[in-house]
Amino acid sequence: MEYVLIIISAVFVNNILLSQFLGVCPFLGVSNKVSTAVGMTGAVTFVMALATLITYLLQYYVLVPLHLEFLQTVSFILVIAALVQMVEIVLKKISPSLYQALGIFLPLITTNCAVLGVAILVVTKEFTFGGAAHYLNLGQSVTYAVASAIGFGVAMIIFAGLREQLDLNDVPKSFKGVPIALVTAGILAMAFMGFSGLV
Amino acid sequence: MAKKSSFLSMTLTLTLICLVCSALLGFVYSFTEKPIKNAEVAKKNSAISVVLPQFTNVPSEEEQTLEMDGKEYKVYTAKNGEDIIGYAIESASAGFGGPIKLMIGITVDGIIHNISVLSHAETPGLGDKIDPRKSNFPEQFKGMNPAQTNMAVTKDGGDIDAITAATISSRAYIEAVKSAVALYNNVITK
Amino acid sequence: MSKLNIITRGIIKDNPTFVLLLGMCPTLGTTTSAINGMSMGLATMCVLILSNIVISAVAKFIPDKVRIPSYIVIIATFVTVVQFVMQAYLPSLYETLGLFIPLIVVNCIVLGRAEAFANKNGVIDSALDGVGIGLGFTIALTLLGFVRELLGSGSIFGIKLIEGDGMLAFVLAPGAFIALAYLIVLFRKITTKKS
Repeated sequence: MEYVLIIISAVFVNNILLSQFLGVCPFLGVSNKVSTAVGMTGAVTFVMALATLITYLLQYYVLVPLHLEFLQTVSFILVIAALVQMVEIVLKKISPSLYQALGIFLPLITTNCAVLGVAILVVTKEFTFGGAAHYLNLGQSVTYAVASAIGFGVAMIIFAGLREQLDLNDVPKSFKGVPIALVTAGILAMAFMGFSGLV
Repeated sequence: MAKKSSFLSMTLTLTLICLVCSALLGFVYSFTEKPIKNAEVAKKNSAISVVLPQFTNVPSEEEQTLEMDGKEYKVYTAKNGEDIIGYAIESASAGFGGPIKLMIGITVDGIIHNISVLSHAETPGLGDKIDPRKSNFPEQFKGMNPAQTNMAVTKDGGDIDAITAATISSRAYIEAVKSAVALYNNVITK
Repeated sequence: MSKLNIITRGIIKDNPTFVLLLGMCPTLGTTTSAINGMSMGLATMCVLILSNIVISAVAKFIPDKVRIPSYIVIIATFVTVVQFVMQAYLPSLYETLGLFIPLIVVNCIVLGRAEAFANKNGVIDSALDGVGIGLGFTIALTLLGFVRELLGSGSIFGIKLIEGDGMLAFVLAPGAFIALAYLIVLFRKITTKKS
C-alpha cells in the first residue's frame, strides 16, 4: 500500500519538476517534440533508478560505516557520471538510432538536478507515506526514484504536447521561446497543485 | 590544450584528483565538524528555551530517547538548580504536505507551557499558520491543561479552534501534541 | 578584452539566467525571497570562482577524455566545502536553501564555464569570469526573489509592508515560472533597446 502512495505522491502531488523544481533545464530544452520527450523519459528513468540504488548502498554500506559522509556529494555525482557514461556506451551498441535521437541530451543527464537531487533526497529526508516520518528503505527509495522519473516524464510529455500546439499559434515576439514556455509551465504547475493533499 | 589520453594517464590523473580532493575535504571537515555540531546544539537549546520557563542547566546534554507505541521520542530535561522544572519533547506527525515536527514544553505540573515548530511542509497561507509567526493558532496551547481540555478540533467535538480551511494541518498538529502529552503521562512520570 | 569587460560581460551580455538560460533549477527553487535568492547566488559564485581558478590552473595536465569527470570532482569538492562552511556558520540559511546547495555541483553554469572559459584561459581571467558570471547570476536571483517576495508575501528583504500574505501564487511553484518568464522578457526589451 505504501508503494502506491509513494508512486502517487512522486508523480502527481510532489511532482519532481512542477513542485520541486528539479530537472528544469532539460525540461525546457528537450520538450518541443513528444517523441524526444518520451525517449528522454526512458533514459532518465533508467539512470535515476540505477543511480538511486547504487548511491543508497554506497551511503549506508560504505560512507556511514567508514565515517566518510563528507564525501557524499563527490561520490554520488561520480557514480552518476560513470552510470551515464556506461549507458551511452551500451546504447550506442544496442540501439544506435535511439542514441542518435537523444544526441547531446544523453550526457546532459549527468547534470540533470533531478538525478542527483533524488539520490540525495532519499538518504537525507524523512517521508510520511502512510504513517510516521521515516527514512525510506532500499525498495521504497528505488520506487520513489522510478516514480519521480515517471512524474518528470508525465510533465515533460504533457508539456511537449502543449509546446507543439504553441508553435502553431501567434505568440508575441518578445515571449517567443523560453518565456512563453515558462508561462505554460507555470500554468501546468498550477494545475498539478490541484493534486495536493491527495496522499 | 589538454594532454593526449592514454589509459594510464587517464586513470592516474583521475585517481590523483580524487585523492587530492578527498584529502582536502577531510581537512576542511575536520575544521568545520565541531562548529556544525555546535550550531545544531544551539538550535536545539534555543527551541527548548522558547517552550519552557527559565532553566539553569543545558537541556541538550540531558537528552533521553524514550519509546512509546513503537515510536521513539527525544526528551530533554530542564532543571532549575537540582529541581526538574519541565520536559521538552520532540514529537512528529504526518501533516498535509509532509512531517510536522514540534517541540512541546510540559512543566512538572503537567501543563503545556509552549510549543514551537521545528519543521513542517504545510501550504503557505493555509497550513503554515501553525507557525506562531503567522497566526494565533498556537497561542491557545500556551498554559493548556491537557487533563481538562478535549484535545480535538471543534469540528471533531473538541475544544480547539482549528485554522480556517486548514483542518488537516490543525489535526496533525494536535496529534503531535497529544502524543507528547501521552508520553509525559505514561512514560516520563511513571 | 579588458579585465573589467570580463566582469561586465557576465552581468549583461552573457547573463547566465536571462541570456544563457542556464541554472534554472536553483533559480526557480530558491527565490522565495530576495535574501534567499541572493544567498544562493553568492554561494554559487564562490564555487564558480574557486573552481574556475583551479580548473584553469590544472587544465593542461588533464587528459582530454577524462576532463569532464575531473572537472566534476573538483567542482563537487568546492561545493562540499561551501556546504560545510554554511552548515557551521550560517545554519538557518543552510536549512532554507536545503537540497539546492549540493545541487550547485550540477548547475550547468559552473561546469559550463569550466568548459567554455576556464580551461582555455589564464587563472586571473578565469577568476574574473567567475566573478562576472557569478554576479550576473546573483543579481538575477536577487531580482527574481525580490519580485516574488514583494508580490507573494508583501515584504522587501524580510521587512513586511502589508499584514498577512500577498498573492501566494508567487511564492509557490506557478509564480516562480511566471515571474521568471516576465523578467526574461523585461531583460530582453531593455537590452535590445540599448543596442
